[in-house]
Amino acid sequence: MTPVSRKLYTDDVSLLVVLIDTNPYFWSTNNSGLPYSKFLSHLVAFLNSILLLNQLNQVVGIATGVNSCGYIYDSSLAPPNKRAETLLQKLEEFVIKDEELSAEDSVDGIKSSLLSGSLSMALCYIQRVLRSGSLHPQPRILCLHGSPDGPGQYVAVMNSIFSAQRSMLPIDSCVIGAQHSAFLQQASHITGGIYSKPQQLDGLFQYLSTLFATDLHSRSFIQLHKSVGVDFRASCFCHKSTIDMGYICSVCLSIFCKPHKKCSTCGSTFGQPQATVSPTNLKRKAPDS
Amino acid sequence: MSERQVIKRAKYKSSIKDPGTPGVLTMKRERFVFMPSDPRSLMKLNVEFRFIIGHKFSKEAPNKKALLNLTQDKGESYIFEFDSFPDRDACRDFVAMAIAPPANAGKASSDKPSVPPSSEQLSTAEMDRRIKLLQVDSELQKLHKEFVMGGVLTEAEFWATRKKSLDEKISSKSKQRVGLKSDMIFNVKPSSDGQSNRVKYSLTPEIIHQIFAEKPAVRRAYLNLVPKKMTETDFWMKYWRAEYLHSTKNIVAAAAEAAEDEELAVFLKQDDILASEARRKIRRVDPTLDMEADEGDDYTHLPDHGLSRDVSKDLTDSQYDLYKRSFLQDLNRHAAVVLEGRSVDVELGDTRSVAEALTRLKEVESANEASNTHVEQGRSDLISRMAELEDLQGPRDHPVAPLSIKDPRDYFDSQQANAIKTLGESQSGSKHKKSILNAHEAYGSLRKSISEIKDLGLTDPIIKSEVAMKVFSELTLRISNTKYHHGKDPHESILDGLPNATKEEILHQWTSIQELLKHFWSSYPITTTYLHIKVNKVKDAMSKIYQKLQEIKSSVRQDFRHPVSLLVQPMTQALDAAFAHYEVDFQKRSTKSVERPNGFV
Ligand SMILES: [Zn+2]
Ligand SMILES: [Zn+2]
Repeated sequence: MTPVSRKLYTDDVSLLVVLIDTNPYFWSTNNSGLPYSKFLSHLVAFLNSILLLNQLNQVVGIATGVNSCGYIYDSSLAPPNKRAETLLQKLEEFVIKDEELSAEDSVDGIKSSLLSGSLSMALCYIQRVLRSGSLHPQPRILCLHGSPDGPGQYVAVMNSIFSAQRSMLPIDSCVIGAQHSAFLQQASHITGGIYSKPQQLDGLFQYLSTLFATDLHSRSFIQLHKSVGVDFRASCFCHKSTIDMGYICSVCLSIFCKPHKKCSTCGSTFGQPQATVSPTNLKRKAPDS
Repeated sequence: MSERQVIKRAKYKSSIKDPGTPGVLTMKRERFVFMPSDPRSLMKLNVEFRFIIGHKFSKEAPNKKALLNLTQDKGESYIFEFDSFPDRDACRDFVAMAIAPPANAGKASSDKPSVPPSSEQLSTAEMDRRIKLLQVDSELQKLHKEFVMGGVLTEAEFWATRKKSLDEKISSKSKQRVGLKSDMIFNVKPSSDGQSNRVKYSLTPEIIHQIFAEKPAVRRAYLNLVPKKMTETDFWMKYWRAEYLHSTKNIVAAAAEAAEDEELAVFLKQDDILASEARRKIRRVDPTLDMEADEGDDYTHLPDHGLSRDVSKDLTDSQYDLYKRSFLQDLNRHAAVVLEGRSVDVELGDTRSVAEALTRLKEVESANEASNTHVEQGRSDLISRMAELEDLQGPRDHPVAPLSIKDPRDYFDSQQANAIKTLGESQSGSKHKKSILNAHEAYGSLRKSISEIKDLGLTDPIIKSEVAMKVFSELTLRISNTKYHHGKDPHESILDGLPNATKEEILHQWTSIQELLKHFWSSYPITTTYLHIKVNKVKDAMSKIYQKLQEIKSSVRQDFRHPVSLLVQPMTQALDAAFAHYEVDFQKRSTKSVERPNGFV
């Protein structure tokens, strides 16, 4: 491991990790005017332009699949004159592998991609680059995402977001689906990245190069599109109605509009007010299931 | 009320210069009466407190008279001089209470336990502290003026929420114990007359204490030798002789003298008590300490920091080792003693008792250490814990229960649903066609797309110029829109864009609202009449501020109207919430009071 002090710190060398939504269900039903092949064309052109901006720039591509995630491109490893070929080759291999993993034959509606998985992989990869090698580039993550959010991934995605926030890693989001993504809204909001949902998807390259090609240092000088504030007001778990004041489970942070005897999310039993607590029921907070 | 009446001896003065008529001042609940000692005097007074609108009093000072001045609403005033300040203060506090706006006005039932917190007797110190706080904090002063003088809150209510800052003022006053001087003893420079060979050292109890604390061997020698073997003067002469030898840096000469004089040797040799203490301390150092980590902080290569005190002559002869004393050792020892502080509470004059006290202290310390057997246990635990190889250990059972979340989707629904809603997008999930997708087909089309681009290459051009133009104008429009969308960027404050007067007005209203809301919410649940009245008063004050906010909004220039209303909105929301709570509570209480007489409860 190279000692930190001997690293070369620069403000104009970027490490860009791109999370590419590779959800077959999303792409095969997507009729927004951007077929997958066009999308790849925009993407490859964008990645090339990033590498052209600074010859020390590094680009890493991670495919976000439905059943798995995988590294499909690393500019530091791929031969420079065969970038697109390497990426497409790896992508194809990834799709085949992902298909093998799929259990059911048909699904109802669009399954969500494993955003939590690719986010975690990106975070790990960035840590590895920062802790090894002689260069300390400025890292950032770009999510090119179209599939709907997977509410089941909530905890994992939020953990990734907070971990990115802690390492001061901005997560940029470019939503190419029909719906906004609440996950990515939150991710970019919390980490200080850019969130954008392009209207003209056939001009995707232009959005990418205008908004997301800017390195972190230059962002302080440039007036970039800022997302409208997000309403993060909570609604209760029991009725899904927005509330200003409520009751929160001290174990799992679930929100309720009325006091309950037992938390419906984690099963913790809530005790009586402090005065009646005897030493024998001190363990009342432990889940009893 | 704490006292029904106060009776004090006092002089009544018609003016400050008037010598005054001696007599007795009696203060009762609703009036005060002055009876002159001389029954013939006409200076009898009987005044009701409701005519008194204020009181002034002289500052407490040794040569000052204890005066109390009660101002009447017609401008007249009554001046009393008291025999003592405590007498005056008692009357002053009584007056202050008597003329304070009655908390339960209109309700004559005095036996109700709804006593406002104003009944506390205020000490002068407490008053001073409050006045000081008001003086240093102009914000606080404004609030105080507005609410306490304005009659919304009583003095006590206002300060009740600020007990903490008052207490901080007290604790900062606590006396600090004086520690040892940080001067080192070697700074006790010998003064010589320049002609004879005599040098003079001066010794103060302070220096003796320091010598004993820093050099336990000297302390032990003193206890052993004085006065049995030598006088105190002789002892110190020897000590300074040794110091003098030491300062000449001639180790060979020092060793030679020490060989002849056993007692002198004690002072010249290294302190054996310190040495053993150091060894003991080294044994207590965390064995897992990584000394290499501090390598960068090492400054031993700097010879004595430029101070040429050390005897760094190349005396390799081991017979002189005993007499070497390094400056760094002295410095560290001194620093340790200074940091320990003045640990004995003995009068410094008596040399012997100082020495004994220090020795006792050390004995207690080492006894404590010896009895601390579990420290040793802890050390070995620490070593085994640090030295273990993680991958060779079995799983440790943690005393925590694993968090079992039944369905993380609830979190998503709870937090994110709103986030999407605000984006102005109708949940397109509902209109989403429920198409049944075949996995094979889906993956197939994806693979086809990839091979398509592999065969055909990138589209050229990537975007058509018309599309590029559209994107360009869309992005530019969005940027110019967000520029006016204030308040979302924490770095640029809307406040700074406003005229100063408006800015200050808004900030002031906000602090006022916070103050009132604090009192409002802390009054619930309403259990006493006193709280009921307080809530009503606070609520009225809040409605006034509400009006003021509307006035601010309509008075600003057109182009500031939007940012101002953005700022005012959370304030009005907070007030609205309070008003709503007030209404609901009011309804509940009024229905309850109807129910009771009908016998429903
Ligand atoms: Zn509910
Ligand atoms: Zn819970």
